Amino acid sequence: MADEIKVGAYICKGCGLGERLDCGQLATIAEREGKANLVREHDFLCNAEGVAMIQNDIDNEGVNKVMIAACSRRSKTEAFNFENVAISRANLREGVIWVRPDDDESRETTQEMAADYVRMGCSEIKYMTLPHVNEEAASNNSLLVVGGGIVGMTAAIEAAAAGYPVTIVEKSGQLGGSATSEYKRIPEAMPYTDPEDTGVAGMVAKVEGDSKITVHLNSTITKTSGAPGRFSADISTESGSTTTENFGAIIMASGASNYDASQLPELGYGKTPDVVDQAGLEKLALEANGGPIKRPSDGKEVGNVIFVQCAGQRSTKEGHLPYCSGHCCLTSIKQAMYFKDQNPDIDTNIIYSDLRTPGAGGEDFYRSGQQKGITFTKGSVSEVTVGANGPEVRFNDLILAQEVNEKADLVVLATGQVPNSGVDIDLPIAADDEDIDLDNLVPEVKVESILNLTYRQGPDLPHLKYGFNDSHFICFPYETRRTGIYSAGPVRRPMDMAQAKEDATGAALKAIQALENAKLGRAAHPRSGDLSFPSFRKEGCTQCKRCTVECPFGAIDEDEERYPQFNEARCRRCGTCMGACPVRVISFENYSVDTIGQQLKNIEIPDEFEEKPRILVLACENDAYPALDMAAQNGNHYSQFARVIPVRCLGSVNTIWITDALNSGYDGIILMGCQKGENYQCHFVKGSEIAHIRMSKIDDTLKSLSLEEERVATYEVAITDIERAPKLIADMVEVVERVGMSPFKF
Amino acid sequence: MSEVIATNQTILVVGGGISGVTAAIEAAECGKQVILVEKNPSLGGRVSQLYKYFPKLCYPSCGMEINLRRIKANRNLRVLTMTEVGNVTGESGNYSVTLKTAPRYVNENCTACGECEQAVEAEFDSEYDYGMKKRKGAYIPFNMAYPQRYVLDPRVIGTDDADKAKGACKYDAIDLDMQESETTITVGAIIWATGWQPFDADKIQPYGHDRIANVVSSVEFERMLDPFGPTGGKIVRPSDGQEARNVAFIQCAGSRDRNYLKHCSRICCMATLKQTTYLREKFEDDFKASVYYIDIRAIDRIDDFYQKVQDDPNVTFVKSKVASITEDKGTGNPVLHGVDTEGYHRYSNPHDLVVLAVGMEPSVPKDAFPVDVVVNDNGFIEADEKNGGIFAAGCSSDALDVNRAVQSATASALRAIQVVNRVARTEG
Repeated sequence: MADEIKVGAYICKGCGLGERLDCGQLATIAEREGKANLVREHDFLCNAEGVAMIQNDIDNEGVNKVMIAACSRRSKTEAFNFENVAISRANLREGVIWVRPDDDESRETTQEMAADYVRMGCSEIKYMTLPHVNEEAASNNSLLVVGGGIVGMTAAIEAAAAGYPVTIVEKSGQLGGSATSEYKRIPEAMPYTDPEDTGVAGMVAKVEGDSKITVHLNSTITKTSGAPGRFSADISTESGSTTTENFGAIIMASGASNYDASQLPELGYGKTPDVVDQAGLEKLALEANGGPIKRPSDGKEVGNVIFVQCAGQRSTKEGHLPYCSGHCCLTSIKQAMYFKDQNPDIDTNIIYSDLRTPGAGGEDFYRSGQQKGITFTKGSVSEVTVGANGPEVRFNDLILAQEVNEKADLVVLATGQVPNSGVDIDLPIAADDEDIDLDNLVPEVKVESILNLTYRQGPDLPHLKYGFNDSHFICFPYETRRTGIYSAGPVRRPMDMAQAKEDATGAALKAIQALENAKLGRAAHPRSGDLSFPSFRKEGCTQCKRCTVECPFGAIDEDEERYPQFNEARCRRCGTCMGACPVRVISFENYSVDTIGQQLKNIEIPDEFEEKPRILVLACENDAYPALDMAAQNGNHYSQFARVIPVRCLGSVNTIWITDALNSGYDGIILMGCQKGENYQCHFVKGSEIAHIRMSKIDDTLKSLSLEEERVATYEVAITDIERAPKLIADMVEVVERVGMSPFKF
Repeated sequence: MSEVIATNQTILVVGGGISGVTAAIEAAECGKQVILVEKNPSLGGRVSQLYKYFPKLCYPSCGMEINLRRIKANRNLRVLTMTEVGNVTGESGNYSVTLKTAPRYVNENCTACGECEQAVEAEFDSEYDYGMKKRKGAYIPFNMAYPQRYVLDPRVIGTDDADKAKGACKYDAIDLDMQESETTITVGAIIWATGWQPFDADKIQPYGHDRIANVVSSVEFERMLDPFGPTGGKIVRPSDGQEARNVAFIQCAGSRDRNYLKHCSRICCMATLKQTTYLREKFEDDFKASVYYIDIRAIDRIDDFYQKVQDDPNVTFVKSKVASITEDKGTGNPVLHGVDTEGYHRYSNPHDLVVLAVGMEPSVPKDAFPVDVVVNDNGFIEADEKNGGIFAAGCSSDALDVNRAVQSATASALRAIQVVNRVARTEG
């Protein structure tokens, strides 16, 4: 009884469908051509009565596959949320009647459109099975935190407070990270007037006293493998011993290092010990411990100090950092206060180009600094020289419009943070390393891997801009390209301590979420909760490795026999592997070469004399399909000849669909996906890009079929393209008019 | 309204903007029971009123689409719109919260067909468009509204329009007898994500926002770019509808100022830089943008966006706090008066249009909180143990951009989970 498939097909007559379409004919098509076992029409399928009718068929009539021909799958999703059955949605409202005029001459083609979508819905449901939780779904509540600074400790404390055991692996001999070398920190609460105790000691004590947190000092991760729920990490100490432990998820909190200021000789660094960077000033402050701060060269009490902001930053000069490090303006104010709080008569001058003290706390702290008598000068520093009595700063005072040479006892350069983000896996690896000049790529010379992932695609998290392991998405800062591994703190993007603690807490949430979902076999963002996962037919695999290489998330390893090894918990269910496979052995339970391929093969293709072309539109469900839905909502019409099939990502488009469509007599094919390239919008990172590359190679196939290249077009479509997306379809209709109908029709 | 079942292992999220939506989804995807309440008819908040985000210049609806999909797919998460928090009592792990739901007058049968809107005649100021255009008495807030359901403005109830709306509806979705309902629920933790409102530009008297037609606020300027907005996507002067090609942006308008808002709202510099790119988008090379600023705060790795705009020859930066704005009565041009501090020359610069980059004021005034939380002098909720199981997320905690608001919301989800997990441990 459980194995017998019973498809229920439901045709809705609400929202004008009953008036605009011959639903009786659609029901017949569902039964005769779609081979649905049970077909029903209903006036208002999404209301309580309609839903109850379907549920009754499921409970009492043995229906275990449901095909709903009504509105878009994006509408009334909650109403049609039936459990334990596969569901397909034929889009008759946004996809047909809302995009076609309600007049007599359109009636015939509108019905044809609807009939095709019903056929497609029935084909799709035939090949869909309900995903089940993978038996391999692993369960492990422990978190691994790489890095024992403020970020790592915060992540550990917060995760432990939620009930999850945490292991911190710290490279150095103590917890605390860069904060231990700071005298005080920027204030984090009202009244924001004075520097505060860093809080590091308290945090370390909390970590050490928490029975849920284990700390490994003098240790690094020498190997990481596995997947969310079953990561395995080798923790090796300096002395050489290694333990292997298992974790549910990983937080990378390896922090940032100070920019090497010796790259700024023009600012005097290295020419005199009295030019220090911010870290150097903290050291002097710690030594002074509340007493007068003394300068390194001769121990003289500093009576006059100049801060140079954006030193070696916000600059495209070679060797400089092109970004702003976010905290340095506030840090310089803090450091100027070290002097002023000890002795208000000390001259402190901060030379800046834009003083960045954002947020509520920032301005209050800035005002407090002004009240304490810190001078702020908008100026552009050209050089720092060594005078008879100490360093001298030459700058252009932009307000007074004059060149100034100011003498000081001490100069502090506000240099930037450089993320400890490990190996840049996107750098091309030459056969011999001589071909790569690592020195000129990033400020560090030799790069050690932080995670040592055994993934084929590289040992660390991918770098985004400027070496930070950030997410490229504004709405999704924690979207990670290595599922289950979340970066946090200044390794992710430049930030101050307060933000770093918030970031650590956010990353801890995501890590916990990852391991909880791994237990249930559920995918992470953006297809959150998806239970389907890729499987492959080993007998057909040619070991070409395209799936392994093209997976944007590095989810596929290789086994000893060199077959792909899918790691379901690392998989984001985009289907790029499925699109890559030239022998089509990869599929998901509810999304396969057949669920799409059979849809496009089972429409009615009129012969060439009817002058009714068929345009296939493969639209990414993230941006393009919603754009088409919303175009319909706004009354933007498009061609009656278009047949739109949503896909999870253009990356999942297998070229066999294109070939099959062309062979079946489609006259034009449009692929609509998300923006690719450096400023990508593609929610699966590379899917759209990969599709464009694959489609550029399809010209050969077209030529061999004697078909014009213009018949297949791939576009980047944004979710707001509600005018443009219909126009792209119209453009293709024009192309077909020009080049003629496909010679492959029967 | 159907019965809401919640326990002290439930998390309540107050506010359905990007922060509330994120906090709710993230907690629900960890397996927690979550209730999300929003006082407006739709989720989305202020980001849904933006044209693009900085620095990627991508569209807010893109992220919203994904978030809505996640909401629809998650049975642990219940969304209540038209709902506000009345009263909160209790302590961490055991709060009693009164929820007040205003009547929408439209039920779940609504298919968003729009017939009621056609039938109704009365018009009111559109809140979504900051009053820059009108909407009908039966309306849907915007294209991607969630739930996709119409609303009747209470001001049409009892009038002919209400009956017209009901008559036009084929799905029996209009319920003119809907009443305000109140319910009290028990929750374990509360995430407060009520967001911000733009500082009232009228208060900045020297800038004449209330008197000079061609002086607009940054959020009003942003609405002009929406093809469905008050100007159909065109950048025009309110006075005469002519294209505004010479635009002045005044940074820190009513911010960093003891007379108005003392704090810096962090986003306004980046927002203005973003808006200069709108001018280039609409007018190509034929425009001028002048940014009057104190400090340009394009912070951390997105500083390169500032560099990109600085490279645009049509954009000039003037380090000056504009003293006042007068109006040239003949042309309608606003004239900016001040001193360019880099060089010390006084100016009286006419422009087509002036955009005031106003700051963010937290939405809930200090004295109007239904519960005792620590609110600092700037109006933001401060993280404090005294707040117990109540955590601020997004702009109710600090002036934040979208990326950081989401970061804050994600962190607050964990804090709320810590509370309910503790409850589960003591009860389980």
